Amino acid sequence: MFKGKLHGIHAPHRKNTVDCAPARMPVPAVITVPMSMNIGAPAKPVVKVNDTVKVGQLIAEAGGFMSAPIYSGVSGKVKRLDEIVGSNGRFDTVIVIESDGEQAVWEGIKPPVVTDKDSFVEAVRQCGCVGLGGAGFPTSVKLNVDPDRVHAIIINGAECEPYITSDTRTMIDSADDLIYGAQLLQKYYTADRIVIGIEDNKPQCVKIMEEAGKGVPGFEVASLPALYPQGGEKVLIYNTTGEIVPEGKLPIDVGAIVINCTTLAVIAKYIRTGMPLVEKVVTVDGSAIANPQNIIAPVGTPIQNLLDFVGLKCEPKKVLYGGPMMGISVPSLEAPIMKNTNAIIAFDEKDAEDPVPSACIRCGRCVAHCPFNLMPAAIESAYNHKEPEKLKALKVNLCMECGCCSFSCPARRPLVQVNKLAKAMLNKYNAEQKEAAEKKAAKEKEKEAV
Amino acid sequence: MNKNMVVSVNPHIYAAQTTQTIMRDVLIALFPAVIASIVFFGIKALLVEVVCVAVAVLCEWAFEKITHRPCTIMDLSAAVTGLLLALNLPVDIPLWQAVFGAFVAIVVVKQFFGGIGQNFANPAITARVIMLVAFSGTMTAWAIPAFTDATSSATPLAVIAGAEGQLPTLAQMFLGARGGSMGETSCLALLIGFAYLLYRGVISWHTPVAFIGTVLVCTALLGQQPLYQVMAGGLFIGAIFMATDYTTSPPTPKGKLIFGLGCGLITVLIRVWGNYPEGVSFSILLMNILNPYICEWTKTKPFGGVQA
Repeated sequence: MFKGKLHGIHAPHRKNTVDCAPARMPVPAVITVPMSMNIGAPAKPVVKVNDTVKVGQLIAEAGGFMSAPIYSGVSGKVKRLDEIVGSNGRFDTVIVIESDGEQAVWEGIKPPVVTDKDSFVEAVRQCGCVGLGGAGFPTSVKLNVDPDRVHAIIINGAECEPYITSDTRTMIDSADDLIYGAQLLQKYYTADRIVIGIEDNKPQCVKIMEEAGKGVPGFEVASLPALYPQGGEKVLIYNTTGEIVPEGKLPIDVGAIVINCTTLAVIAKYIRTGMPLVEKVVTVDGSAIANPQNIIAPVGTPIQNLLDFVGLKCEPKKVLYGGPMMGISVPSLEAPIMKNTNAIIAFDEKDAEDPVPSACIRCGRCVAHCPFNLMPAAIESAYNHKEPEKLKALKVNLCMECGCCSFSCPARRPLVQVNKLAKAMLNKYNAEQKEAAEKKAAKEKEKEAV
Repeated sequence: MNKNMVVSVNPHIYAAQTTQTIMRDVLIALFPAVIASIVFFGIKALLVEVVCVAVAVLCEWAFEKITHRPCTIMDLSAAVTGLLLALNLPVDIPLWQAVFGAFVAIVVVKQFFGGIGQNFANPAITARVIMLVAFSGTMTAWAIPAFTDATSSATPLAVIAGAEGQLPTLAQMFLGARGGSMGETSCLALLIGFAYLLYRGVISWHTPVAFIGTVLVCTALLGQQPLYQVMAGGLFIGAIFMATDYTTSPPTPKGKLIFGLGCGLITVLIRVWGNYPEGVSFSILLMNILNPYICEWTKTKPFGGVQA
């Protein structure tokens, strides 16, 4: 069994906005709310064109078990339902709402009744929460487990991406909600341990959480080295509990639930006040930003509005959802703030430049920095030679695309990109193998029948 | 879609190190050895070094021009190969032979196999071995270094092996006042380079320590004057600068230790029982050939991976 330390990289911190308490931006004139803001099925719109909506009113219901409802972040009128190409490259429906600027709160807002684990999970579902650290996994699905299986609840306050401080601000500004959420989890899951993992470049958060958590039995603060990707789910589980999540298994299979600190605070706030997830604290930073800060923006606010509000130094050449290590670059500034958007990073021309790859010099840095001990250079070679069997043996399916390999590659090989393609190649190959095996079995059955 | 915006796959930031900065760091790390070569063997040492570097870079440029490949001389790897080769030659080497060596290193050993990252053996080492066989006379004609009262130009290893002459003091050995290839003699200069490479994160300690440590322990066990054995010959320059070549050595710490251990054992084998007084070049070349196997044995185990 693996016992060593996981690798990672010393990414620059650039936490310029750590002292910026979130500022509320002016209400946007129009919000564009995508239906696919979570892993799993997109939400289904329940409003029609010209419907009037208020803040916190349901506009789309969960589109299945693996889904989450969506609520309006502004008061106003539904203008239209559009088809757009989302940030993942797929078609998506969006609800476009014209704001009336009033921000009138929906009359139906009232705290949910939570009495046991099932009603707690239902409340989480109604709250519309998805993994706010970036993954967008529907939180209610994660929490819908047998409490007896839960040994450790790990609150993710690592925030290991450069620039981003929105989770930091949650720990500073919403410590009460966070602790209330921890108490609820403790009550309904009776875990032995409830650990909040925080990178040690945020000593103020460690202090606040230690102070605030005194009243919660089993609550611990784990101050972890600031080594990216400390906040990766499997990395955090290993570094707080020593458990290794095996290939193809979930954290709950090793008795762990990992929940992002902002996700937990949002859930707690909903249970306290009845206001679901309608707005986000977003760190706006990067070399194109004149005055980096944290902004409270309704879900659906176009990125352009945030950039206008904080001010630009120059024309942004590359704009990211999330941090520079795992962030997704957007094709247009019309793209909206989503539930799982925790930062908008805008780069100037120099930082936006794509590096020119040169030949691999076999230095081994990609191997030395991979948290999961994969061999990216070997994966690249196997992919280029179209060898899915080799990709299988190299376990490319374990790759979480954290970016450590590409970051540290002196030849600037596009290793993450190749890993993504290699995963797709392996999936296709596995599906084909499965199909072929099924066909063969069916044929043999037929023969036997004859 | 805004045509002015860049859309690309993560990550969007990179570490400062590039192939060029790594090679530049190796050149900087070799600088003390260059100074030492001039101090002990005169200005002619610099001439040989300049010729080797110039020819290596020129050969790389010309080969890539002729074969219509992208020019890679700016990554400085050809300059590193040229300089390493020069430092492994005796100072009185005829210049045309040095030119031949640089040509072999870059064109035959490096470019014929696909250029940077593709060669199976270290170009400078291989070229030196070829020169040793082709020009055995001039390749073993050692000049008497400055700051010694030696009358014979025999290298310490040759003396240990039974040749006429006296051994320098250990201090002379450490500083570099002894017979040998012009860049290999000063352990002090090479150690300064080693420290710089470690500080810059260009190489790790594993291969050099395993290599030198193995030679030290084995020669001590065999009663072969271990301190002289370690500081003599090309052990320091080989262990620090040649056995750590990325392309021809394993990437993992475990692999590096095995690689260094193998180099050390073969070196001792050749020095003690072989016909040649020195075996560092041969040992690295042999281990280069074994490298793919070591890489295969020392593959990393994926975290959480389940064997099917």
